[in-house]
Amino acid sequence: MSQTVSKKDVLHIATLARLKFDDEQAERFTNDLNNILGYIDKLNELNTDNIEPTSHALDIYTVTRPDKAEASLSNEDAIRNAPQSENGMFRVPKVIE
Amino acid sequence: MLGKTLKELSEALNKKEFSSAELTQFYLDRISKYDGEICAYNYINENVINQAKAVDEKRAKGETLPVYAGIPMALKDLIIQKDMPATCSSKILEGFVPPFQGTAAQLLEDAGFLCLGKLSMDEFAMGSSNETAYRKKTRNPWDTSRVPGGSSGGSAASVAAGLTTFALGSDTGGSIRQPASLCGITGMKPTYGRVSRFGLIAFASSLDQIGPMTSNISDNAAILSVIGKYDKKDSTSLNVAQEDYAKYLTGDVKGMKIGVPKEYFAEGIAPDVRECVNKAIKAYEGMGCEIVEISMPHTEYAVATYYIIATAEASSNLGRYDGIRFGFRADADNLKDMFYESRSQGFGDEVKRRIMLGTYVLSAGYYDAYYIKAQKVRTLIKQDFVNAFEKVDAIICPTSPTTAFKAGEKMSDPLQMYLSDINTISLNLYGGCGLSMPCGFGADGMPVGVQLLGKYFDEGRLYNLAYAFEQQAKLPVMPEKLK
Repeated sequence: MSQTVSKKDVLHIATLARLKFDDEQAERFTNDLNNILGYIDKLNELNTDNIEPTSHALDIYTVTRPDKAEASLSNEDAIRNAPQSENGMFRVPKVIE
Repeated sequence: MLGKTLKELSEALNKKEFSSAELTQFYLDRISKYDGEICAYNYINENVINQAKAVDEKRAKGETLPVYAGIPMALKDLIIQKDMPATCSSKILEGFVPPFQGTAAQLLEDAGFLCLGKLSMDEFAMGSSNETAYRKKTRNPWDTSRVPGGSSGGSAASVAAGLTTFALGSDTGGSIRQPASLCGITGMKPTYGRVSRFGLIAFASSLDQIGPMTSNISDNAAILSVIGKYDKKDSTSLNVAQEDYAKYLTGDVKGMKIGVPKEYFAEGIAPDVRECVNKAIKAYEGMGCEIVEISMPHTEYAVATYYIIATAEASSNLGRYDGIRFGFRADADNLKDMFYESRSQGFGDEVKRRIMLGTYVLSAGYYDAYYIKAQKVRTLIKQDFVNAFEKVDAIICPTSPTTAFKAGEKMSDPLQMYLSDINTISLNLYGGCGLSMPCGFGADGMPVGVQLLGKYFDEGRLYNLAYAFEQQAKLPVMPEKLK
């Protein structure tokens, strides 16, 4: 876990997160991430071989309810915040060339 | 009208000492007078005065009203209030007006409260100084060259400056307690699952919790009594009975065992903060509490653990901001560029930093080394609390290592900013309750906060401990110049 991230790694992660960086930003983020990851490396001081991971603080269980339709947003309300809409649908730029 | 508790305001309204419209106008006037400098409000509800007048008419007709009818309050700008903008202080949510009602806002409305507006915060609750906000970078009412803390900085500052009766905030790693400490008010992070997260815009879902930020303990207890309710719309809300926390406020704390964890008094804690907190500990000893030295050995790993878990969850939660259904959309010729441009122009640097870190620790090849590792250390941190609460009833420590720092001081060093949450973060990983209340002033004249941490659903005990101290200490809760 002592590896540090390169600028190339940062650009790859940015693609996964759908973010775009120019050269100066990529340098800065590479530097910031390396600083933070360097600090995070502290966790390797601990032996956690036999420790169970915690994904949730308190014990919770899968919550179910009867499969019955309940009141929901109207089409008009659901679409109200769309930057662009048409005929009650979200409008986006063309997907296929 | 300033300085009255919610209970006193409710009684005064019932006795018609003043009307709801007068009370509401009083706060609107204070906002116009002071908020230009403090910058706490992202949005002011222009309709609130009409809502107040409507309550007055009902009262005049003798209608039965809910207990807090016509009392104005304000919400952090990630708590959904139907038909009122919710921006999370981010460019990417500018223009978003929620078409549905959040549970916390609904419960406050049912209790009669009116919403004055929405309060600034660090963008998506990511920050400890309110400086990552896209527009309103809130300042500390005690000294406006300093930060109010974060991320609920607008909530803390508005309460400290008397720009609302109380506010709701949210706490993922200290975002209620740290600003409460820096602004000299009381903030409670309830047990995870106590307050519904339905209508709380998500940052890190396994850690986020809404809580009250108030100028005194009895108000805080009153508000949690209103919003601390099981909600089937949040599957992580826990089905435990709603409580009336006022009944715990006896001030009798004799025989309670309070743990002092040495790791929370480490070298980074400023001497003046340490001194104030030690005085509070002495005060509890004087009230008949037993002070017990304890150790929570994994505390030093909490910040590292948190910044893996919280960023991983955030990178996933913030995937929804794609420019399609709500908020900001950048112009682009095709869908892919629209995603990249909307997100790159819409998010600020700190949010991007956390999305990047979270994406990295979840990515192929690093998942086990970072994410699973952090989840395992979370187990150890949680165990520290479980062990501590076998010996003591509550834990006491400083909330923040320092008093409020100067604006700009930590913005260039993200890691230094993260370390300002060193004493608050562990509690969120454990999931228990914790409150910060004022306990004195530092060498710079700025408020110092002391933190009380409790086990799951033990808010009542913390409130009583806090109340006992408040009654004895009688500290000023508002800067003199704002009275």
